[in-house]
Formats: sequence, structure tokens, C-alpha cells
Amino acid sequence: MAEPTAAGLDRSTSDRSTPGAEIARRLIMGAGGVGLVFVVLAVVAAVAAPWLAPYDPIALNPPARLQGPSALHWLGTDQYGRDTLSRIVHGGRASLSVAFAATIFALLVGGTLGALAGFYLGALDTAIMRFTDVLLSFPAILLAIALLAFLGSGFANLVLAIGVVYVGPFARVARAAVLTVREEQFVEASRALGSRDLRILTGAVIPAAAAPILVETTLRLAYALLAEASLSFLGLGTQPPAPSWGMMIAEGRRYLALSPWATVAPGLAIMVVVLGFNLLGDGLRDVLDPRLRRRR
Amino acid sequence: MLIFLLRRLLLTIPTLLGVALIVFALMRAIPGDVVTGLVGLEGNVAPERMDELRRMFGLDLPVHVQFGQWLMALLQGDLGSSLRTGRPVAVDLVLRFPVTLELTVLGLLIALIVAVPLGVTAALNRGRWLDAAGSLFVLLGLSIPGFFLGILLILAFSLQLGWLPPAGYVPFAEAPLDNLRHMLLPAASLGLILAAATTRIVRSSLLETLGRDYVRTARAKGLRERTVTYRHALRTALIPVVTVVGLQFGQLLGGAVIIEQVFSLPGVGRFALEGINLRDYPTVQGAVLLIAAAFVAVNLVVDVLYAVIDPRVRYG
Repeated sequence: MAEPTAAGLDRSTSDRSTPGAEIARRLIMGAGGVGLVFVVLAVVAAVAAPWLAPYDPIALNPPARLQGPSALHWLGTDQYGRDTLSRIVHGGRASLSVAFAATIFALLVGGTLGALAGFYLGALDTAIMRFTDVLLSFPAILLAIALLAFLGSGFANLVLAIGVVYVGPFARVARAAVLTVREEQFVEASRALGSRDLRILTGAVIPAAAAPILVETTLRLAYALLAEASLSFLGLGTQPPAPSWGMMIAEGRRYLALSPWATVAPGLAIMVVVLGFNLLGDGLRDVLDPRLRRRR
Repeated sequence: MLIFLLRRLLLTIPTLLGVALIVFALMRAIPGDVVTGLVGLEGNVAPERMDELRRMFGLDLPVHVQFGQWLMALLQGDLGSSLRTGRPVAVDLVLRFPVTLELTVLGLLIALIVAVPLGVTAALNRGRWLDAAGSLFVLLGLSIPGFFLGILLILAFSLQLGWLPPAGYVPFAEAPLDNLRHMLLPAASLGLILAAATTRIVRSSLLETLGRDYVRTARAKGLRERTVTYRHALRTALIPVVTVVGLQFGQLLGGAVIIEQVFSLPGVGRFALEGINLRDYPTVQGAVLLIAAAFVAVNLVVDVLYAVIDPRVRYG
């Protein structure tokens, strides 16, 4: 029973390899390629932070405080004399890991809920979508603030707070994507072969519905990064002394008039990485589904 | 239309109930409970006294009874009293909500004033440098955090140029002009970001409409291009813009929480954040409920407005 399905899947993946290379080429040649470069640079910088950063990000050096850019400190120093560049490179670890973890959480929970809703429809669909409606009836950042206010801060709670907020959007996108493919012939074929529901879902439906979900994931990473920055700015996210971009802006702004560098540099870091995810997401949407192109 | 309105109104009831349930559940999820939170800051308290306090808050009752009592109080407008000041939370919210409302409405106005002309210009100059400049504005606006934009505006217009105050609030009733001077930068921080998303939608919606048959008919009738664009195409093109802007307007309420903090505006969001720092849970709960309720109300208005503008929606 499993044989023909497996063979069918193999053939379909090998058939897709050439268009796959074509899609990758078009993505990299376009603005999506620029986005990919920004994202990869940020991830590499965050992972290699201990080797890349010229100074210890939390070592105090009061005599060198609030300096502008110089040969010693490329992006200047903050109010404790800590090197801004080193803090940005290290801060990327907190910001990016929270954004990735929260988005994956939302993808797994929201994607599963949405796929189940779109696949089974009926009462399950109604229940799941009502639940996501309620989640979506809070302004996104407010729900995250409320969660952190009551649960307390910390990495896990931060991931949970941002992740829960995006469960709703992921559920909607996954449901819509599954709805468009559930009546397709290859789904019917899988069913006719006697596959069980789980196999139909994971073997036929989800791979076919993956494109919009992938695009959503990339764009959500941008939102998650903005959310982490906002929450850290408010003092609800990553806790000192470990640096994060939002917190650096909050600390630096008290000395804005004296030394704007400590504030502006981490802000630009956020912008560049968020821009990277936005460009990559837009690029993916354009190459994966040209029909979607004109809607936005 | 009446039936549509009634049905839509009825649909908000389970949503509001769900919102209340989530906020209630969050209150129970506080590590320890309200009493340990409260007492923890006061010092040593005998366990008997803590139990007494729990009874006072009704924490010894079954959860569903607690929820029922809490909901009944909520429906009567009783949001409890601040653990810090002892003042009813509802009173402070009524005082502070106008600030948040003014901020979001001004933000929306700025967004529309910027986005509609920009989106139209981009669409009419498709593929040329004006279009590219518009796209750049959109991308930057979607990538900048609102609080950072606010700080950059303070840096430029308050610290460097000295044109506008960097923080503070003056009630509109006292000094209207001074009030607007204080609100301009915060509203711009919210509005410019919303403008980015809106420009994108105005542009693509207008491009789509310009390709429709009736627009071609209007041109074929010999109408001037200006008339075709503004009288015929733009009207239809703005319909999807209403929905998106409406939904985004709700998100502005969330953004306002952060912007109020940046500019020290005494709105509901700042009230909530002060409550968080002081572990004043009734305050946080009241502010969150109010903003969520306002968000649901805005979405309701948008839906109804949409049905008024586009009659097809009602029968769909």
C-alpha cells in the first residue's frame, strides 16, 4: 500500500528539482537576494559573536563612556563605556533567537491548527477558527505585553508571548492554503489508495500547501523581530546585563542629546535585519506564486 | 442592512467573552497569586492573614464561580481598585483614554494624508523612479520599529532643530495649539508606519482598478485622464483600503502603548506599563481589557462601514 505513494512522491520531487533551481535563481537575482544576504550576515554575526565582537559586551569601562565612533570603537560606546558594536553583535543573539523560536512555535501550533481546520472542516474548523478569532481580537503587541506582565519576563516567556500572538495569523494562512489543495486530484488519489488521514495530510496536502506558509513564516520573522525589540525596549523582554537591540535603544535614549550613536546604531541594526526578512519574504512570494504578486 | 448589523453586533459578544476569559486566565497565571504579589512587597505577613486576604479577593472559591463574579462586576463597569493608589481603575481609565484616542486618530489622519497621494502617484508612474521612491518608503516604513522612528523624530525635530517638544502632554481643552505641538511627533511616529502599509495597498488597488473594463469605457467616452483616475478609478480602488486601514487602526491602539512610553504621554498604554512595573494587576487588567474592547469596537465599525460603502458585502 505504501509503495505506490512513496514512488509517486519520489517522482514528484525529482520532477520539481529543475524548477526548484530556477526558483532559487530568480529569488537570488531579485531583491530577495539582497534580503537573503542581510539575513545570513545577521545570523552569522550572531552565531559567531564571541569571535567577531572586538570587546566584551558587558565589561564596564567608565573612562571611555559615551564616545562617538573612533578607530578603537567603530560605533562608539554607551553610558558605561561598553563598546556599541560588540553589544550589537551580541544583542543579535537574543533578538534573533527569540524571533526564530517564537516564529517556529507559532508555525507549529498555528500551522497545525489551521491545517486540521482546513482538512476536516465542520465543527473542528468552527472551534479552531473561533479560538483564533479571539486571539486576533487583541492588538498584537498588547497581547504579548499582557502575557509578559502576568507571566513575568525571561527567554521562554518572551518566546511564548510573541509566539502565541502569531498563532492566529498562521492558522488562517495554513487553513486557506489547505482549503485550496484539499479537493485536488492527488489528494483524492492518496485517499483512494487507502492512506490514513495523517498520511494524506503530511504526504499530499501539506507539501502542496507549503509555499504560502513559507512566505508567511519569513514575513512573520520580521514581525517577531520588531515585537522582540519593542518588548525589550519596554523592559519586558531580554533582561540586562545581556544586551538586546530594543534594550540598548531604551538605555541609550537617556543620553540621546549627548551621544546619539548608542541609540541610533542598534536601531539601524533592527531595521537592516527586519528589512532583510521583508525583502526575502516578498521575493519568495513573487517567485513561488506570481499570482499573489499584485495583491499587495 | 438592519439584519446584517444585528448579526454582526451579536457576533462580537462571544469575542468579547473570549477576550475577558483570556484576561481572567492570565490573572490566574501570575506566579503565586495576587495576594503573594501584593504582600511580597509589604514584608512579612502571617499565613493566617494571607488566607484572610485570599478570602477577601474570593480566591478560595471554585474557579468558575470566581469567573462568574468577576464577569458580573466587569459588566457593571467595576474593574476593581488599584493596589497602589486605591482609586477605582475605571476612573483613571476614563481620564486617560482620550489621550490614547487622540494619538491614534491623529496617527490615522497622518497615515491617510501621506499614503493616498503617495500611493496614487506611485500607481500612475508605475515602473518609473517616483514608483521606486514610493516602494523604498514602503519598505523602510515596514522595517522600522515605531519607537525607534519616534526617537529619530525627537533627535531631529526636538534636539537638533528645536521645533517641537520631545515629551509631555497638555490637554486639548487647556491649550489646543500646544496640545497639537506635543502630539505631532508621537502621532507621526504611529502614522508614518501605517502610511507605509497603506501606500502599498492604495498603489496595488488603484493599478488593479485602472485595468478594469469600466475604466476603459470611461476613457473611450473621451473623458479626461484626470477625471477617469480620480472620479472613476480611485473611488473603487479605495474600498479595500478602508478595510485594511480599519484593521490597522486597531493595531495603532497597540502601537500607541509603546509610543506613549517614548513621549511620556499619560494615556492608557503608559498607565498599563506603570501598572506592570508596580505589579498592580487590577490596573494592568483594566487597561488591557479597555484596549482590547476598543479594538473589537473598531473592527465592528470597519465591518459595518465596509458594508455601507460596498453593498456586495452584505449579500456575500
